[in-house]
Amino acid sequence: MTQFKMHLLVCGGTGCRASESEQLFHNLKHEIIEKGLENDVQVITTGCFGFCEKGPIVKVMPDNTFYTQVKPEDAIEIIAEHVIKGRQVTRLLYLNPETEKHVSDSKHMGFYRKQLRIALRNCGFIDPENIEEYISRDGYAALAKCLTEMTPAQVIEEMKKSGLRGRGGGGFPTGLKWDITSKSQADQKYVVCNADEGDPGAFMDRSILEGDPHSVIEAMAICGYCIGADKGVVYIRAEYPLAVERLKIAMKQASEFGLLGKDIFGTGFNFEIDIRYGAGAFVCGEETALIHSMEGLRGEPTIKPPFPSVSGYLQKPTNVNNVETFANVPVIINKGADWFASFGSEKSKGTKVFALAGKINNVGLIEVPMGTTLRDIIFEIGGGIKDGKKFKAVQTGGPSGGCLTEKHLDIQIDFDSLTAAGSMMGSGGMIVLDEDDCMVSIAKFYLDFTVEESCGKCAPCRIGNKRLNEMLEKICDGKGTMKDLDLLRNLSHVIKDTSLCGLGQTSPNPVLSTMDNFYDEYLAHIVDHKCPSGQCKALLQYVIEAENCVGCTACARNCPVNAISGERKGVHIIDQATCIKCGACLEKCKFNAVFIK
Amino acid sequence: MANIKISEQKVQQIEAICKEFNHEKGELINVLHKTQSLLGYLPAEVQEIISKNMNCSVAHVYGVVTFYSFFTMIPKGEFPISICMGTACYVRGAEKVLDEFKRILNVPVGQTTPDGKFSLSCLRCVGACGLAPVVMVGEKVYGRVSPDGVKDIIKEYKQA
Repeated sequence: MTQFKMHLLVCGGTGCRASESEQLFHNLKHEIIEKGLENDVQVITTGCFGFCEKGPIVKVMPDNTFYTQVKPEDAIEIIAEHVIKGRQVTRLLYLNPETEKHVSDSKHMGFYRKQLRIALRNCGFIDPENIEEYISRDGYAALAKCLTEMTPAQVIEEMKKSGLRGRGGGGFPTGLKWDITSKSQADQKYVVCNADEGDPGAFMDRSILEGDPHSVIEAMAICGYCIGADKGVVYIRAEYPLAVERLKIAMKQASEFGLLGKDIFGTGFNFEIDIRYGAGAFVCGEETALIHSMEGLRGEPTIKPPFPSVSGYLQKPTNVNNVETFANVPVIINKGADWFASFGSEKSKGTKVFALAGKINNVGLIEVPMGTTLRDIIFEIGGGIKDGKKFKAVQTGGPSGGCLTEKHLDIQIDFDSLTAAGSMMGSGGMIVLDEDDCMVSIAKFYLDFTVEESCGKCAPCRIGNKRLNEMLEKICDGKGTMKDLDLLRNLSHVIKDTSLCGLGQTSPNPVLSTMDNFYDEYLAHIVDHKCPSGQCKALLQYVIEAENCVGCTACARNCPVNAISGERKGVHIIDQATCIKCGACLEKCKFNAVFIK
Repeated sequence: MANIKISEQKVQQIEAICKEFNHEKGELINVLHKTQSLLGYLPAEVQEIISKNMNCSVAHVYGVVTFYSFFTMIPKGEFPISICMGTACYVRGAEKVLDEFKRILNVPVGQTTPDGKFSLSCLRCVGACGLAPVVMVGEKVYGRVSPDGVKDIIKEYKQA
């Protein structure tokens, strides 16, 4: 095997690929061959580094130089300067916004300093399409240990001791789930990996599958050994082509290495994995709906019990875990339950991956110990609010979660504290909102989503959410009444109490939490007919200030609906009845005469 | 029953797909995925062919097709445009970008322009939240799109 002196790691996650990281990879490779360095320097495509805001990212090893926002044409300079002459390309280093100094090592960046990567341990370190790189980082050692040194009961005991809880949103103890499924008697059982990440704004499962697919395969095999299943199924979104491709490559390599298939490690244990594609239905994140979808049916949930652990896929006992949950398993086996349980809070052990997005400086994928405060996440790791605006709220848990505000910033987040604060962990989406965001509109945005994604099986969710959405629409249009607020709250509770599955039981959360924390904004829409953040179009008015208007006619000429009248050199007036509030006049006025009321 | 208008060759290809999955009812979603990638959409007549070959009712096939947002009964345009309406893109102004596409192309979401060139749809999170708001045209991802940038994107494909 060739010993390379230097490695260039290029991020091949979806975000960076969208910014031409593939072309960058080819250019680097081309330059290396051009300079005759192919035996000394290796270029590798890795999974997501997490720092999506500053992508594409190139990391140079062994000196740990971290280049950000690298363009394909920068390849020449990186090779000529850094690789050949050993001089860092300063202009591509991360610029610390506070000190305005360049930082070359990711360990010294605010974004990475407070992170602890367990589930994402290999993302950005290894080539996900090369099984040998995974193996060199203790890959499949956990599976070997389980199969050759431990009984299924011992592995389950270790999982229970670790305190790992389901990362898909439910937070159910993983070891307990395995234990229950292992005790079900049947001739066939199944291990299912839920990779149907449907929460808008969350992309952690995709990044794990793209960056470290073998960890999921290994964990599924371990789970199969524990519960007595020889078949695994990955249920994955068809909208994730790259993740599917890398998973397929990984499965093929694992089979070639004898780590999947018959008689693994000569122990007589067999395990195979199959892929099923989702087709875009949020409700399929729910276990029973997911199982129906795997069977080729509409993804509608059914009443539990029976739980999938008793009767699941094809009516056989089925253990469903989420991608991130599985990614934690091999490390727990390798390093021990005590090591894992040493991180996190009392009832939530280990770490959690969050997709940090919205009005924040450092958008990206982060992993922190449970119990980290929101303040640390948003202001240290996230680098604060974009454009120096004021923090307003952070939405966690996606369409099932709620909005947390300034007063919640010092909560140590874990499954229970988030629920107690009126939101939830969910799969780990974290959307930061600033002063320009209207909370009523945000609630409506989530309700739009729920209405579209409700499977329609039970009335509270199908009809109730639609009514909630209509009321919110009324309020955003300035036609809401105080009675609507009572109705909103009552109906929300009815939907929560009577819906069949987790989707309906949590869908009113965005409404309730915004009503609890931003009641003033609801009042402003209803009583004053004003949207304080200026987002609700129907409540806006574009007005021309007579004092500043010089009568240049620029606004009138650019108005698409001819709503502006006035003589040349005379004051212009906007006819509110005709105005469509497109904002063209505001944009064109050079005299600051147009403003929003 | 609708008259089958698609070519005999395509019918045979669809039948071959059904055969590939052993005509097993449980494989219906996989069959639909493959058929849609072959034809670009799943019109009623295609659903009838699939139902015959998979030994299930047309109602069952239709039920599955309409349940999942990935399946479409309307042909996509030559250049399908998808605007990400994930939360991260939404709070960074995806709605205004969408409005601009609707205005310039003069089609509602889910429809195709009369010349068959562009179709407009929304999708939930491409996972490129760092580039929000994101627009996809075919496989190509455009990041940090502003309403002003919309006409340039369309222009790129108008000439093609």
